[in-house]
Formats: sequence, structure tokens, C-alpha cells
Amino acid sequence: MSQPETIIEKIWNKHVVHQEEGKPDLLYIDLHLVHEVTSPQAFEGLRMNSRKVRRPDLTFATMDHNVPTIHRNVIKDAVSKKQMETLEENCEEFGVSLADIHHPDQGIVHIIGPELGLTQPGKTIVCGDSHTSTHGAFGAIAFGIGTSEVEHVLSTQTLWQAPPKTMQVKVNGNLGTGVTAKDLILAIIAKFGVRFGSGYIMEYTGEAIREMSMEERMTVCNMSIEAGARAGLISPDEKTVQFVEGRRHAPKGEEFEKAKKEWLALATDEGAVYDSTVEINADEIEPQVSWGTNPSQCVPVSASVPDPETVTDDEDGVRRALEYMGLEPNQPIESIELQHVFIGSCTNARLADLRKAARMIEGRKVHEGIRAMVVPGSFAVKQEAETEGLDRIFTEAGFEWRSAGCSMCLGMNDDIVPPGEHCASTSNRNFEGRQGNGARTHLVSPEMAAVAAVEGHFVDVRNYTSAAERVI
Amino acid sequence: MEAFVRHSGLVYPLNRANIDTDQIIPKQFLKRIERKGFGKFLFYNWRYDDDGNLRDDFSLNYPEYQDASVLVAGENFGCGSSREHAPWAIQDYGFRVVIAPSFADIFYSNCFKNGILPVQLKGEEVSQIMDRAEGGECYLSIDLVDQIVFDGTGWSATFEIDEYHKNMLLNGWDEISVTLTYDDAISAFENQQS
Repeated sequence: MSQPETIIEKIWNKHVVHQEEGKPDLLYIDLHLVHEVTSPQAFEGLRMNSRKVRRPDLTFATMDHNVPTIHRNVIKDAVSKKQMETLEENCEEFGVSLADIHHPDQGIVHIIGPELGLTQPGKTIVCGDSHTSTHGAFGAIAFGIGTSEVEHVLSTQTLWQAPPKTMQVKVNGNLGTGVTAKDLILAIIAKFGVRFGSGYIMEYTGEAIREMSMEERMTVCNMSIEAGARAGLISPDEKTVQFVEGRRHAPKGEEFEKAKKEWLALATDEGAVYDSTVEINADEIEPQVSWGTNPSQCVPVSASVPDPETVTDDEDGVRRALEYMGLEPNQPIESIELQHVFIGSCTNARLADLRKAARMIEGRKVHEGIRAMVVPGSFAVKQEAETEGLDRIFTEAGFEWRSAGCSMCLGMNDDIVPPGEHCASTSNRNFEGRQGNGARTHLVSPEMAAVAAVEGHFVDVRNYTSAAERVI
Repeated sequence: MEAFVRHSGLVYPLNRANIDTDQIIPKQFLKRIERKGFGKFLFYNWRYDDDGNLRDDFSLNYPEYQDASVLVAGENFGCGSSREHAPWAIQDYGFRVVIAPSFADIFYSNCFKNGILPVQLKGEEVSQIMDRAEGGECYLSIDLVDQIVFDGTGWSATFEIDEYHKNMLLNGWDEISVTLTYDDAISAFENQQS
């Protein structure tokens, strides 16, 4: 019998085009997702060198980062407009499929890939965006690249990549009631830090991961980059196969049956050895809220902000973060006053996320002084949510209901948080200025964000009765 | 791409860990479709006040660092997004070398595409440079051939770098041109897949 292998080695080895001493491997790329922000200079490079896109059929583009989420026909920002027009022209010239701002397939690139069935187990997937790790939820090696690499993939469909080190992130036990996938990944990053995954591809394993839906797995893999890992993935199982089956770009009929066998065989073999393993107990994890300016700076909602005087690591960093966030040492998380709530982003803007958030607020009202916004991850998510009536639950509570895009996750469009104001956000980064210059971001799950919108501050969602459970 | 063989220059110390790409170049500058001209936006929210004037309390604006071309920073430099606008801004500002105890993976590989040498030194070596540069004028020489950082006083430190990236920078190669010489291998791989 051959040596047991991890899924990472299996996928990698199947994609090596060329290998030689003293060089990284030349790795074949199966799917290249493109968006308006990190591609213009790459297409320009092709033009300057009279090069073409080698495999337009493996390349798919959309607009997400700076699209307006309201009044889509009038793009006020001339520079954004120019960037979107440039993507249209480039896709036209180089023969790349594009879901533009008015297209029914439009959405955040990491949400539409799985939705359309472009994302499949065993693929190598890249995009000029660090949250490409999201697609790893399907058992794919998916990672973010810079614009020069975008140009390289457009031109050659390959990348020079050193074989990665492998890391197992083993989640023991199960998450408690009311504790989400978002809380798990935040707790992992809080425990092990923002760079423990650097140089690795991580595989998430364990009972809690197996129990998760595909949407929840995407939330976990999405934030691998916040732990420093370019890619994070999960071995495919029946849930993975079921999610992909029937989607537009998925194999059909006999081909699907054949693909299914191959996909399930990708799962890490019993006894395979990783270069490194970390473990966390799921049952000890509580709902999380970030208090600082990187994703490791988060604590359980029942806890307090740390005191720089008593921390054992990065005292200056903690002090600077507290100053930026306008928080006092030892201040209880539940006492932080909020002005904004954002439900959206490639981390948490899928239909399942919106359902969970809606369930918490049905029949309730957004707290006075809070501006709350829902930005569905794609046009399709928006439509399905509207068919179910989720939009009405949100708008009746006082939320704004927007069109699909990255929106307030990074504030490239008009959706920004003003200086000094606090935002409960379902996004992935709480860096200084991320949601707007001087904006103060708190990373949370959709359930926590929804409840915070109603209460005006964070509360333990486990003690919060959802509308469906309330005794009338 | 401009080749990098050796460089000597003034050090600018930025003693913070986890400097993310949103700090290196904020999102409002990612809408441009050019590769050039990002230098003036480097560390924008730290360098400028709300009215767009240079702040006199951010060290990069101090007169003594105006000619700096070697950036020295804390752990995990360049974490966050994949935006190549970050190395574009660093390079356009005038830095040729970034020295740190560790770098984020995507930022690290983006540097090599733009003629910037990222040098990973031990934490204590970075602290030594940081102390000296914060205390007064500090010039360093960085030699990629011999993989060494040194100054005029006899202080030196060696660094690791993989052969591939080293050759790429030393020769200023265009990576795509190199890869296109493997076109037959790529086609053979594609044929075998289909």
C-alpha cells in the first residue's frame, strides 16, 4: 500500500507541471477568479507584451469590491467607474466571461464561485484576493495572489510555488448551542495568533468541522489568511458532494458520478503525517467579539477588554489598539456602545447567514442611534432571501437592505463607518481604518451582529431567545 | 523588472508588529488602474492628517528620515490583503529593501515581482538595527549575492533566501518570459488532463 497522504499533498502532486532542483514547482491552476481591483494592471501587462489569456475558459470575472450597493445605475465615483469599465473592456478584449454589475451572477467573487459550481473539490483555485482561501471549504487548494501573479496565471495558467508545509488544525468535540463557525475561527486565531499559519496550508479536521454545513465551513476557511495561512481547506465528504451537485458548472450525469468518487478519495488518508498540528476544544468556545485592530485581538462576549499592564505579549500593540478603538482597559465587552451594524462580506453573507441573523431579530426593532445594514453576498442570495421574505424581516426591523458587493467590509464604495464610531461587523478584518478612516470594527457572527443591532450593544446570544423560540 | 544586486542606504525604523496592507496603502487608493504613483499614499492614514497635510508626529515625516531607502519593521510585516499596491507604494516611495523578523506570505512573494528585497533577520538583529536607527543616523548595505546585511562599524547579519527568488532579483528577469519557455510542458499537462 502506498504511503498515506494528506489531501494537500494529493491535490498538489496532481497539479505539478514541472519540477526541478533549486526551483519551486510549476503548479497548474484550474480556476482563476478575477475582479476589478487587482486585475487592470495585469491585463495592461498582457497588452504591453502582446500576450493573450491562455485559458479564458478557466477564467471568470465579476465586480464586487467597489460596486455601489444602492443606486446601481449611477456610479458617482469617477475613479471606481473607470475601474469597472476597464474590467468590462479587458474581459471583452481577452474573451473572459464577466458577471458585471447588472448580471444575475454578480456577487462577491468568493460567494459566486461555489454558487455557480465553479468551485469544486480537488481544484487549484487562485484570485487576486487574500480571501480566496474560502474555496478551501470544498477540499480545494485555493489561495490569494498579487497582481503580477494574476498576470502570470492569465498568461500561462501556472504559478511557481514552493511545496507548502502542511498543518492540521484539529477541532475536538462540538460547538455549544448558539456558538457559530465564526466564533470558532475567531477563537482559533485568538488562541494561536495572526501568523501561526504562515508558510502552511492548513487542513481543518475534527468532529465540529464534520458537523458543519458547507456555508459554515466556508466561514472557517475564509479567515485562514487572518491566521497567516495562504490557504486552508477541509477534506470533502457527502455534504461537499451534495452542495456541488446540480450546480451550473458542476459535472453532470455519469461524469458527476465519476467526479464524486475522485473527490471523496481526496480526503486525507488515515495515518497521514502533517508537518505541524494544533488542537482546540470546541466545547470550551464562547461567542466571540474582537476588541482590537487585528483578528487575534478578540475575547468571549462575557469577558472584558485586556489591560496592557497585565498582558504578557505585545504590550505596546495592545495599548495602541485600545487607544485607536477608544476603549478603556478592563472595560466589559457588553458595555461598548455601537453606532453601526454590518451584516455582509465573503465571510458571512450567504443565505444561511442571513437566515440566522433574521431569525434573531424577527419582530424586533433596531436600537435607536444604530445604523444597520445587510448586504447580501450575491445577486442570487439577495433574490432567494427576498423570495423567503428575509428582506421584509430586516427592513421592518429598521435594517437597510442593499444589493450585492464587498461594501462595508473594506469601504471602497460609499458604505463606510465614520471616524471614531463603533461597528459590529460580520466581516473578517478589524484593521485600523479598514471600514473607513478612524472606524472602530468589532468582528462577530451574524447572530451576534443582529442581536447587537437590536440591543445597541453586545449581549451573549446564547441567552437571547430567537423569535422562533419566544413564547407568545 | 529592475535587477537587485546590492544596495546601501539610510534606515527608517518603524517599530510595530503586524503592519497590515491596509496601513501600507488604504483602500481608497486601490481604485486606480495604473502601477505607478502610489508612493505618496504610503502609510497614508499615519502620514497625513484629516486635511491631507503631512503630520509632524509620524516618524516617516521627520527630516532625518527623508532620504531613507531601507525600511525596518516588526513581525509579520505586510499581513492582510493580497494587494500588490502595497509593494508598489513602498517601491515608488523610494524603499528598495524591507527588513523584518517575519513577513506575511503573499506580501513576501509580491516584493520579488517589483525589485524589492525582503530580508528576514533574527528578532534580536532587527532590534539592534531598530535601536541604532531610532538613536541616530544608520546606514546599511545589503548584498544579495552574499546574502549579508552590514554597516561600516563591523556589524553584520546573514539572511536566507531561496535560489529561485534570488536569481530572479539578481537578473531582473520577467517571470512570465521564463515560464513561457515551459510552454511545451504546460501543453503536455493540459493534453493529459483532457
